Amino acid sequence: MNNIGLEHILFVSIALFFIGCYGFMTRRNLITMLMSVELVLNSVNINFIAFNKYLFAGKLDGVFFTIFIITIAAAEAAVAIAIIINLYRHYKSIDVEDADQMRF
Amino acid sequence: MTNLTILILVPLLTAIAVLLCRNAEQVKWTSLIGSLSQLGLSLMLLVSYMNERAAGNKAQMLFQQKCSWYSAMNIEYFVGVDGISVAMILLTAFVVFTGVLISWKVGTLTKEFFFLLLLLSVGAYGFFISLDLFTLFFFLEVAVIPKFLLIAIWGSGKKEYSAMKLALMLMGGSALVLLGMLCVYFNTDDGSGNHTWNMLAISQMHLPMDVQRFAFPLMFLGFGVFTAIFPFHTWAPDGHSSAPTAASMFLAGISMKLGGYGCLRAATYLMPEGAQEYSGWIIGLSTIAIIYGSFATMMQKDLKYINAYSSVSHCGFVLLGIGMLTKTAITGAVMQMVSHGVMTALFFAAIGMIYERTHTRQVEQLGGLLKTIPFLGTVFIIAGLCSLGLPGLSGFVAEMTVFMGSWERADAFHRFATILACASIVVTAVYILRAVGQALMGPVGNEHYLHLKDAGWNERLASIALIAAILAIGMAPFWLNNLISPDTQIIMDNISRAAL
Amino acid sequence: MLDTKYIALIPLLPLITFFVIALFGKNYFPKYCGLLGTVSLVASLILSATVAYQYFFVAGQVNGVYQPIIAFKYAWLQFSQNISIDMGIILDPISVMMIIVVTFVSTMVHIYSLGYMHDDPRRATFFSFLSLFTFSMLGLVLSSNIFQIYMFWELVGVSSYLLIGFYYDRPSAVAAAKKAFIVTRFADLGFLVGILILAFYSGTLDFQTLIYRLTNNTDSLQNICAASFMGVSALTWGLVLVFMGGAGKSAMFPLHVWLPDAMEGPTPVSALIHAATMVVAGVYLVARLFPVFSYCPAALDVVMYVGAFSSLFAAIVACTQTDIKRVLAYSTMSQIGYMMFALGVARYGGESGLGYMAAMFHLFTHAMFKALLFLGAGAVIHYVHSNEMKDMGGLRKLMPVTHLTFLIACLAIAGIPPFAGFFSKEEILTAAFNHNKIIFGVAVLTAAITAFYMFRLFFSIFYNKEYKPHEHDDHGHDTHTPHGEAPFSMLGPLLILGICSIAAGFIPFGHLVTSDGKPLETEFHLGFAAGPVILALISIVLAFVLYRKQSAVPDRISNALKGIYRAAYRKFYIDEVYLFITKKLIFNLVGKPAAWIDKNIVNGAINTSATVTENLSETLRPVQSGKLQQYAIYFFAGVLLFAVLFIYLWV
Repeated sequence: MNNIGLEHILFVSIALFFIGCYGFMTRRNLITMLMSVELVLNSVNINFIAFNKYLFAGKLDGVFFTIFIITIAAAEAAVAIAIIINLYRHYKSIDVEDADQMRF
Repeated sequence: MTNLTILILVPLLTAIAVLLCRNAEQVKWTSLIGSLSQLGLSLMLLVSYMNERAAGNKAQMLFQQKCSWYSAMNIEYFVGVDGISVAMILLTAFVVFTGVLISWKVGTLTKEFFFLLLLLSVGAYGFFISLDLFTLFFFLEVAVIPKFLLIAIWGSGKKEYSAMKLALMLMGGSALVLLGMLCVYFNTDDGSGNHTWNMLAISQMHLPMDVQRFAFPLMFLGFGVFTAIFPFHTWAPDGHSSAPTAASMFLAGISMKLGGYGCLRAATYLMPEGAQEYSGWIIGLSTIAIIYGSFATMMQKDLKYINAYSSVSHCGFVLLGIGMLTKTAITGAVMQMVSHGVMTALFFAAIGMIYERTHTRQVEQLGGLLKTIPFLGTVFIIAGLCSLGLPGLSGFVAEMTVFMGSWERADAFHRFATILACASIVVTAVYILRAVGQALMGPVGNEHYLHLKDAGWNERLASIALIAAILAIGMAPFWLNNLISPDTQIIMDNISRAAL
Repeated sequence: MLDTKYIALIPLLPLITFFVIALFGKNYFPKYCGLLGTVSLVASLILSATVAYQYFFVAGQVNGVYQPIIAFKYAWLQFSQNISIDMGIILDPISVMMIIVVTFVSTMVHIYSLGYMHDDPRRATFFSFLSLFTFSMLGLVLSSNIFQIYMFWELVGVSSYLLIGFYYDRPSAVAAAKKAFIVTRFADLGFLVGILILAFYSGTLDFQTLIYRLTNNTDSLQNICAASFMGVSALTWGLVLVFMGGAGKSAMFPLHVWLPDAMEGPTPVSALIHAATMVVAGVYLVARLFPVFSYCPAALDVVMYVGAFSSLFAAIVACTQTDIKRVLAYSTMSQIGYMMFALGVARYGGESGLGYMAAMFHLFTHAMFKALLFLGAGAVIHYVHSNEMKDMGGLRKLMPVTHLTFLIACLAIAGIPPFAGFFSKEEILTAAFNHNKIIFGVAVLTAAITAFYMFRLFFSIFYNKEYKPHEHDDHGHDTHTPHGEAPFSMLGPLLILGICSIAAGFIPFGHLVTSDGKPLETEFHLGFAAGPVILALISIVLAFVLYRKQSAVPDRISNALKGIYRAAYRKFYIDEVYLFITKKLIFNLVGKPAAWIDKNIVNGAINTSATVTENLSETLRPVQSGKLQQYAIYFFAGVLLFAVLFIYLWV
């Protein structure tokens, strides 16, 4: 067994990213979509950490960004859930297909 | 009256005062007082202008005022008048005053209606006194937007369609004008890198020929859209017929004149070489407009359409006169602007008043109105006679001056165009007398027409004011001629200098 | 020199009257409008008579030649340095004669109308229009500027329009008024272009200068003769086009179609406008420009042939008409044709100017007896309430004065001595005989036919059968009760005009009105004069035989001449031809296509551009669907696209 290299970790993050994208595009449920977005964000986090660890071991920039993103993701989740609750009150559902008034 | 800015301020302040009014009565009286005082001011302007000229003031533009408005672009607020502008201002004052009187019965959104009407007049006044190209354009735009609202809100028939068509076509025209103006502006370099919008300066500049070749058609066509140049005239019939009475009067009486004035002052005066280059095109298009407009009128059944198409034909004379590039013809063109403005305002007023009573404008449904509403019938007939060029009324004077001037061009093309234009007076007689015969004479068209009420005080006052103006031009044209012909001479000098 | 200050009052008085009556008459003094109009016109008449006296006998002559006098002139509209429309008054033999004719006939008609229009509720309007017409006509004849004459030309046209359409609730009157205006307007187009041509070459609009420049060897004359279009010189074009205007107003073939229909107007109007004054404006116009015309024989030939043809044509049609006013209308057209060809056979100056003098003479006498005929016909119509001959007959006993005066007028128009028509007609025949034998033949033939149809009319009205009043009429009165003859206000003018129809022939016209202003001695050959008179007498006898008593002979004759009679009765189908040209050709081939093109092509193009824009946005619209996930797909697709693109570009 070799050591776990950068490629392996990147592979995981790419997989995570596309799983997130796929979920975002196919799921109707807004909560699930939010979770998919979180997956995408976390794949980015993994990338940051991995690059920081393997390429710039002496620096902390990647870690900072990760923490930053986690914070923002938390705030974003709060806002998103607030929007979803409002949508639910309005449409009595959290199906994204129902909320298509913003057009034309 | 030598402070021209007052001419813009009075209607503007009246418009603001209208917004502050509490009820419809106040609104109407405020507008009436505002427009009446504006009429008084215009007459005073005429008098002081004539005095100044009589005292030997030879300056091209009198009562000039100038201040910097946006110095980074060299835009100035620069105003001044010559005889042509004075005549147009008088025309505007007459039409606005009578338009306010005619709109006395507007019931819905009265305040907004009068506000827009007055705002429109601000644009027209500003346009006619501007000597700075950009200010000119600014006021032109001020005069366009209210029309859209006036037609779309207070109109009749397919008003949304008409309002949209009118606004889009006029905006298209303005876009061409703006393009032409920018083209002129960026070629006014005097070597030191300074550009100018000042028309008086530009007229002395001899813009390079390729600039004129490009900018002249843009400007002329752009303004031409306002004057309903063929084939961009179709906004006029729909717009006029859908508009409420006062707006029709404004449209045909003032708005179409903005175009004619622009064609003359901004396009022809500033770019005489361009004018010569394209004069054949102008004459061709305007002759088509004259003849074809009058034949198209013959087929119309709606009174407003009749007058709208006949306006296309009559405004063709304005463009024909300008295109002929002789002094007499250009004088005739200006006279035709004034004359047609007053006459068509009277015509639309009469049609509006008849429509208000009978609720139809279809000639075959009308009939015998001369018997039931003699005053309005007479007004209609006078307007019609003026339109067909009866001597003693204004139309004759203007048309004959154009013919006389056009005939000075002795080659076959100009002769042919002139004779065709002359022939339109026959067709005009046909459609006017058809309309008069069917709508006013003959047996009474409908039982309830027997109980119609004749004109009220406001309608009488408006009609009489306009008829007085028509008579004043038609019976004693020399004052108008003396007022404008020195200034058409100046324009003509510029053109003939270009010919050398 | 004569005092010229008050001359302007002659046309101005009727103008002022017009404004006063039109503005205030109806509301404030409806009963006195007619009186006011009459009084002001009488004043005008007195002034004209004074002017005429002064001009002809005191101040007009210089060395035995009548000179034109410009009473005043004011630049009304200055086109350019030299060319301006002036408002002026010219006094020369023909204009002075015309103001007498106009004011005199107009006064007669005013007085007559006091009775004729007595019961009409709109008589204020009627009298105001009459004043307007009188003003315009006086302005026309006094014009010193060719454009001024054109202006008044249009004004008489519109007064005629208003008066023909006076009974505007009758569709036929409205149609007739419209027709009259449009036909003459069409002719005026020619007039206008003619003016433009003449003014362009002569460089002036002033009559005197224009005539001077086009009759003396100046640059103007050379230029206008040198310039040509379609092989005809500009001078001929200009004059023929001016004559076209005159032909329209004077109802010359083929522009005559409006005149018979114009009889829809009240009868006094027909007498004034469509018999005595306005319709001779064309003759006056040619006479006014006569020196120029005489420089252009081609144009004079046109005048001659058109005049001769019209006079014969109208005389033939007149024989078949049954509406008495239409008979008179055609006879007017025929007589004006007479005047026209008399001008056409004349030349400037001396003996050869006889035709000119004869035309003016005939204009003068014709005004008298034709006005009389119309006013007499008006009295008959007033009595019978019908225009149709078949409703009349046997009126001799019932209307003795009318009968007598009508007889005088008929004799006058038939050219029986010593009535006025004889003298003027004889001069015309002499002039025609000297110039062109064919025209002379036509003239004599026309004279014979004239005598026939006039007496056909006369006998049909006053003899023929017993008069039977009928119950209904087209004026809408309930039942018609035979009343006495017309009131005095109507009979007075008849009598005065009757006297004039006799006396007018004795005026020594040759001394007063000639082409060059010098007196012209006219010779009188008994043998020459006798021929036409005998022919006329034969015609009268023929009419007497046929129409004195009711008989079947006229019907049999008309049946025998079936085709020709029908054609003449239908006025040789000229109206139909016009209707075909205007309604079918112009409407369908020009008007409708113009409207169609406007609607479908020009407007269609605008609408199409709008539709194209709308369709385009309609196509693009679904992109903005509002579906979140669709946007996400676009986003990723875009990112991928750019990624691929950049990789492709960089690698």
